Amino acid sequence: MAALAVVALLALVYWVAKPPNETVTVLPSADGHIGTVVVQRGNEKQVLNQPYATTRNGDAVQVLAATDVKETFGSTIQALPARPTIFLLYFTTGTDELTEESKGDLQRILDELKQRPVPDVYVIGHTDTVGELRGNDQLSAQRADTVKGFLVGIGIPAERIQTAGRGKREPIVPTGDNVDEPKNRRVEINVR
Amino acid sequence: MRWIVAAVLFGFACAAAAEAGQVKTAAGSVYLERSGKRLPVSVGMPVEQSDTLVTGADGSAGITFTDNSLLSVGPNSVLEIQKYVFDTTTHAGQFDASLKKGTLAVISGKMVKQSPEAMRVRTPSSIMGVRGTEFVVKVD
Repeated sequence: MAALAVVALLALVYWVAKPPNETVTVLPSADGHIGTVVVQRGNEKQVLNQPYATTRNGDAVQVLAATDVKETFGSTIQALPARPTIFLLYFTTGTDELTEESKGDLQRILDELKQRPVPDVYVIGHTDTVGELRGNDQLSAQRADTVKGFLVGIGIPAERIQTAGRGKREPIVPTGDNVDEPKNRRVEINVR
Repeated sequence: MRWIVAAVLFGFACAAAAEAGQVKTAAGSVYLERSGKRLPVSVGMPVEQSDTLVTGADGSAGITFTDNSLLSVGPNSVLEIQKYVFDTTTHAGQFDASLKKGTLAVISGKMVKQSPEAMRVRTPSSIMGVRGTEFVVKVD
């Protein structure tokens, strides 16, 4: 009887002190790139570097079915915030007027931004290399402010939007000075 | 006088607690433990180093960090942000998070791109090094 009590007590101690189960699974990323997770448990190391590669309690790597991963982690993955992203809008020479093409893109971008509950936005204006540094600094800041106006217009609080004008300092297409390059006349909308 | 100095210094220390990220999604019962206090979580709330995120049986939450790392937890989870430092100029930094229980999803951000050793995720028995990837962890 006493022996039974000891066994029961030991079982209880084991149950209380038993280390939790731990599962780690690598997911295929949205851009198709697969990185690596190295799981170290004591002196054991497992390297996970293919989609759905999984280690449980440091055991040898196995590849799970996507449906099993979804069943266990679906609600957790669902709770991930929207990915930070960058949108680009282009302008006509020397103005803060959008090009016809960007006017078409604007509504789609604004619709995407409306999906984000509390976006943090950083709007950066740029120019091509035509003209003086100072005039381009002003123009780039003006372009950023114009875009900020669109964002405030769809209800994003102004205090969540930062703006900057980088003038002709950061062309996306490298050119010499005084080159009329449409791709450089742009505003980047960084959203987090 | 000494107390005034101490109070002012404490004030600076508090102000210096930099924002590591922001809660972007929250559902069900979720709270943050900060300096021994329980704070109700709402979308848009700043998250700091040393905060612990706790969810109930119906809870989930997602955080976007300043280096664009994304983390989320599912129901019955406890996640501590042990350390978060990020230099927006050099993209150098350190990110240590610890999942005590529950489920966690991670999408690594800029600091891991800059230096693969920058992010570590711990569980009670393991430590994970992250090299530019998305992964999920469960402790049960």
